[in-house]
Amino acid sequence: MKKEIKKQTPILPKAPTGIQGLDQLTGGGLPKGRPTLLCGSAGCGKTLLAMEFLVRGATQFGEPGVFMAFEERIEELAQNFASLGHDLNALVAQKKLALDFVRVERSEIEEAGEYDLEGLFIRLGHSIDRIGAKRVVLDTIETLFSGLTNAAILRAELRRLFRWLKDRGVTAIITGERGEATLTRYGLEEYVADCVIMLDHRVSENMSTRRLRIVKYRGSSHGTGEYPFLIDEAGISLLPITSLGLKHPASTERVSSGLPGLDAMMGGLGYYRGSSVLVSGTAGSGKTSLSAHFAAAAAARGERCLWFAFEESANQITRNMRSIGLDLERPVRQGLLRFHAERPTMSGLEMHLVTMHKQVQEFQPRVVIIDPITNFTALGSVLEIKAMLTRLIDYFKQQQITALFTSLNSGGRAEEAPEVGVSSLMDTWLLLRDIESGAERNRVLHLLKSRGMAHSNQVREFLLTDRGVELRNVYLGPSGSLLTGSARGVLEAQEQAQSLVREQEASGRTRALERKRAALEAQVAALRAEYGVEEAELQRGIAQGAARTAMLASDRVEMGRQRQAVVKATLKTLKTK
Amino acid sequence: MKRNPASEDSTAAFEQTLAQIGDGHYVLRLYLTGHTNRSLKAVQAVKALCEQYLKGRYDLEVVDLCDQPERAQAAQIIAAPTLVKELPPPLRRLIGDLTNTDRVLIALDLKPRKN
Repeated sequence: MKKEIKKQTPILPKAPTGIQGLDQLTGGGLPKGRPTLLCGSAGCGKTLLAMEFLVRGATQFGEPGVFMAFEERIEELAQNFASLGHDLNALVAQKKLALDFVRVERSEIEEAGEYDLEGLFIRLGHSIDRIGAKRVVLDTIETLFSGLTNAAILRAELRRLFRWLKDRGVTAIITGERGEATLTRYGLEEYVADCVIMLDHRVSENMSTRRLRIVKYRGSSHGTGEYPFLIDEAGISLLPITSLGLKHPASTERVSSGLPGLDAMMGGLGYYRGSSVLVSGTAGSGKTSLSAHFAAAAAARGERCLWFAFEESANQITRNMRSIGLDLERPVRQGLLRFHAERPTMSGLEMHLVTMHKQVQEFQPRVVIIDPITNFTALGSVLEIKAMLTRLIDYFKQQQITALFTSLNSGGRAEEAPEVGVSSLMDTWLLLRDIESGAERNRVLHLLKSRGMAHSNQVREFLLTDRGVELRNVYLGPSGSLLTGSARGVLEAQEQAQSLVREQEASGRTRALERKRAALEAQVAALRAEYGVEEAELQRGIAQGAARTAMLASDRVEMGRQRQAVVKATLKTLKTK
Repeated sequence: MKRNPASEDSTAAFEQTLAQIGDGHYVLRLYLTGHTNRSLKAVQAVKALCEQYLKGRYDLEVVDLCDQPERAQAAQIIAAPTLVKELPPPLRRLIGDLTNTDRVLIALDLKPRKN
């Protein structure tokens, strides 16, 4: 019972190719112990991919391999791969690799009777046994069809060969030339049913692009799109768009944008580390200046910054930034800032991608600036550029690199739609805009989005001063329109005047109050004085009254005295009283 | 029957080769894979043919690749059986059980080609 359960869920073992991107695309590599058909037109990189599978198998995964070449001589192979940095001869000497050139010369061969391909089987079997090979490449076995005329025998033998390879348990790549209507000219796909990979080489807009597609992978999920790949001195690198998953870490660390005003719009902290920032705007709206601030801030933190300039030379950028008071030469001297200036038309999109990867791997920056991404539009369709940027952004996120991309919006376009259509890939989107009013063009900055943080919804005026970029508050005019530049200045002056008036009014009122109090106090004083006068008068009246009474009394006494004789008795009575 | 390919004296070997070409000497090698029916047929056919047409002026080596697999690569063998005519030039590879005698004779330049 237990055994049965185990059998029900066998995981298809895979043989990793070690080729960047391909293993992610196939979820671990090619089907282990089974043959894989690799088809494509001439010169699309079949041999290279197959050889890289062997070389990496031998050097990285401890799986020796046999390369059976039907088209190229061993010396040619060794030479070709020496230019790609692989020393095949050394691997052969170490018994990690066996090379066998199978010469099929039609003019030498004469068929006389029945035959089979047992000779080839023994030959391959011997090579496998000699080095204990786990991997086999047959490149291109279809050559047999041009050397041998009996197609019936050939087909039967090929079928037997693929089964034999499976029985031997070797992971095999069989290459095949692409046919008119079929995957391979001789229909090898009939025999190899486990995994079919197609390579393609197309030229569009004078730039060639190689692409890889997994047509079929029995028993395994796989990326289904066409994935561009590159061949350079490091071999093949395939850059799947999303590597099949969004698994990059998300940091909560924040990095300053270099502008306190802008940081303030993002809760005072700036961007998230490892996030991608898009700065879009019309020509001359200050995209590069904003980037320069970011670069300078990174350098000030002691972090390395890599600047891909696709429009200006490094010198031009440093000179221009000096004019707004930013010294980018110092970080360059300190080794904290590196410019990689290149015309976008120098190479195709894929080459750019690889160059960027290499530069990043070399310099190990924590901040990358790409200025501008819109110049790539000369190199491919919007979709292709988007695919490329997606891969770039994924890569940067994996590396926890904070990336700032600038995008030029040409005049007539809708301003909230950057040309490359990548805004959905970005975590933070700053839009720089020119506002024309009152015979002026002024720059304003919008923070259109900033994932995962509270951010200001306010428009700010963006000033380029000789001390760098400054962000100012923007005023609303009476009709609700934005006031920037001198209009803002006027409004500011007006507000100042108004506040002066208000101040004056206030102090006036204070003075009036003072006066009133003074007046009241004066009134009080006057009243008091009046009262004093009245009191004095009254006192005097009282005193006079008393005096008069006294006088009256004395008058009477005098009169009595004078009338003594007459009124002695009266006086007596008065006295007794 | 066996010829030493790694002759010490290359000049002598060259001269010998020249002499052999001159007198129409044949150097043939038959590569087989085990004792199969096809192998037996091929051995019988080539032996009969040599006795009939090349008596006294041929070297024939029969190589069983099952015993000496390393020789398959050196001799550029794909199919089995394969009869390689190393001398006289041009080099020819006859593949099959050699039962088609006409084709064998033509390939060995023992019968003019039909045009």
